Amino acid sequence: MSFWGHVSGMEISTSLLFNAIIAGLLLGGFYAAVSVGVSISFGMLDVVNIAHPAFILLGSYIAYYVNSQLGFDPIVVSLVLSPLFFLLGMALYRVYYLCFEKRGQEALRGLAFFFGILFITEVALILVFGVDYRTVQTVYADTTLRLGELDFPLRLVVPFLVSVAMVVGLQLYFTHTFFGRAVLAVAQDPLALRLMGVNPVRVKELAFALSIATAGVAGAFLIVIQPVQPSIGREYIGLTFAVCVLGGMGSIWGTLLGAFVLGLAESFTSTFFGPSWAPAVSFGLLLLTLAFRPSGLFGR
Amino acid sequence: MSNRTFALVAFTVALAIAAGCQLIPNEYFFSAAYTVLLYVILATAWNILGGYTGYVNFGSAAFFAIGAYTTVALYYAFKAPLLITVPAGMVVAGLAGLGLGYLTLRLRGVFFAIASLALAVMLYVCVVNWTFVGGARGAYVLQPEEIPFGLPRYIHLLFAVKVMMAAAALVVARAIETSTIGRGLAAIRDDEVAAEAAGVPTLRLKIFSAAVSGALMGMAGTTFPYYLSYIEPSSAFSLTYAVNSIAMPLIGGMMSWIGPLIGAVLLGSVQQFVQVTISSAWNLLIVGVLLVAFVTLAPNGIMGWVGAWRQRRGRGAKG
Repeated sequence: MSFWGHVSGMEISTSLLFNAIIAGLLLGGFYAAVSVGVSISFGMLDVVNIAHPAFILLGSYIAYYVNSQLGFDPIVVSLVLSPLFFLLGMALYRVYYLCFEKRGQEALRGLAFFFGILFITEVALILVFGVDYRTVQTVYADTTLRLGELDFPLRLVVPFLVSVAMVVGLQLYFTHTFFGRAVLAVAQDPLALRLMGVNPVRVKELAFALSIATAGVAGAFLIVIQPVQPSIGREYIGLTFAVCVLGGMGSIWGTLLGAFVLGLAESFTSTFFGPSWAPAVSFGLLLLTLAFRPSGLFGR
Repeated sequence: MSNRTFALVAFTVALAIAAGCQLIPNEYFFSAAYTVLLYVILATAWNILGGYTGYVNFGSAAFFAIGAYTTVALYYAFKAPLLITVPAGMVVAGLAGLGLGYLTLRLRGVFFAIASLALAVMLYVCVVNWTFVGGARGAYVLQPEEIPFGLPRYIHLLFAVKVMMAAAALVVARAIETSTIGRGLAAIRDDEVAAEAAGVPTLRLKIFSAAVSGALMGMAGTTFPYYLSYIEPSSAFSLTYAVNSIAMPLIGGMMSWIGPLIGAVLLGSVQQFVQVTISSAWNLLIVGVLLVAFVTLAPNGIMGWVGAWRQRRGRGAKG
């Protein structure tokens, strides 16, 4: 993990502590953007899309490609191209529905299907871009705001702001629009929705497409924050599901809170134990939550 | 065929293969066959939990690596020979399966699947930070100079060991499948709530098969450090093992022990061929595409086709 400079002469000063907190919160905002799609697909729609990180990486590489060819800002590129991810999500859900959900085989074969998609995307990215780490050029990448002892690197602040805006926007969208409420209704009771004359499959298709669109945008955040290589997607499988489960399935506010908890936990781990331990944090938290509190920290 | 007869036949055939193939002059054959056999074990082991109960284990690589690193640890600590490291690796991996099963098999199947993936990444990070077994830099494990049975090279011995291991895995899988346990597992796969209501001890059966499946995967890993004389975390925890051990039973058919065997031999051989003739990245792409293609288009795998064909023929004969 390359987010952090590891502190070698272990002096636990207050500025170190505060910087760890800030880094954790900034990272948490990014984790919310990474995980909100899984909260929608897994938490609300009950579609266990473990291939979500693959689409995040796809977003990273598209942002990288456009950035390296034309020099556009990766986050702007990802927002402009998010309809493409939306269409991809629609197509993917349609296949998933026809092949698995309709036949009642989603449990085992649906999981294997998404695992296969994850693997294919990763290998395809390796074939096209190779296994080298890729980075993007942005105007804010090398700037760090300093407030006294506190550091605010802009390459973390910009993704943080956009992703929190995106997550809050999604929450408002789900609670304040007709379609958003239909999605929440699907999550609660698809049969009742059918009785009301709404087709739950159509609602799920659009909501799943929305979740894949968030993955594309989150991919741009990822490559702004750190160099990207095709196989790092795997680390995010545990992270997204950890956030989703921690926050209580399908709750967007819960996702945001869970993401901050995880960001802080990782930040403290890598500041005080070394960055090589950071990836274990999310999976460890996930295992602990699953074992002792499967309804999530904030679940009922 | 009773279990004892089957075991007798399996081990006799395995012994015949192990001995007969020693006459093959091509060195490459042994390392290719070793890899295919490794996948036979992994696929068979995965199927004991995944195929028989429907709980997907994404962490095959973790159990495989537990076996491999048990060998490394024992080798560095006591220069332990294979005869000791194989059972030790099986025990450690079996305990890992038991623990993971105990913690997460009470929940919905998808949580077990995600937890198994989590286990793989956690253990990977632990091994990377564990310097005694080489950490991220990897470790060298020298092949012994004395090779038993007068075999010319160590890979010949590893090949023979793998043949016997594969036979053992198949015997275990078939024994479970045909026993009361197997019927209980099938009941869980079809309808877990109904099985529980009918008095099947579902949790105990699931944990049991998670432990057996883990132990067999660990067994497959124990010889890994000797295969290349070198081991490092990212090759031991390679996602390739996880994908293959899911793809092979799915492609072969998950209902009986013969499906993973067919899937592993077919897909394993194809991979060996593609790896040599094209490249290893393409080889992985093919596995992924085949997995997705089979799971969407032929959900019961090759054995599903065979079953449908038999049924059709039977009906034709009657009518």
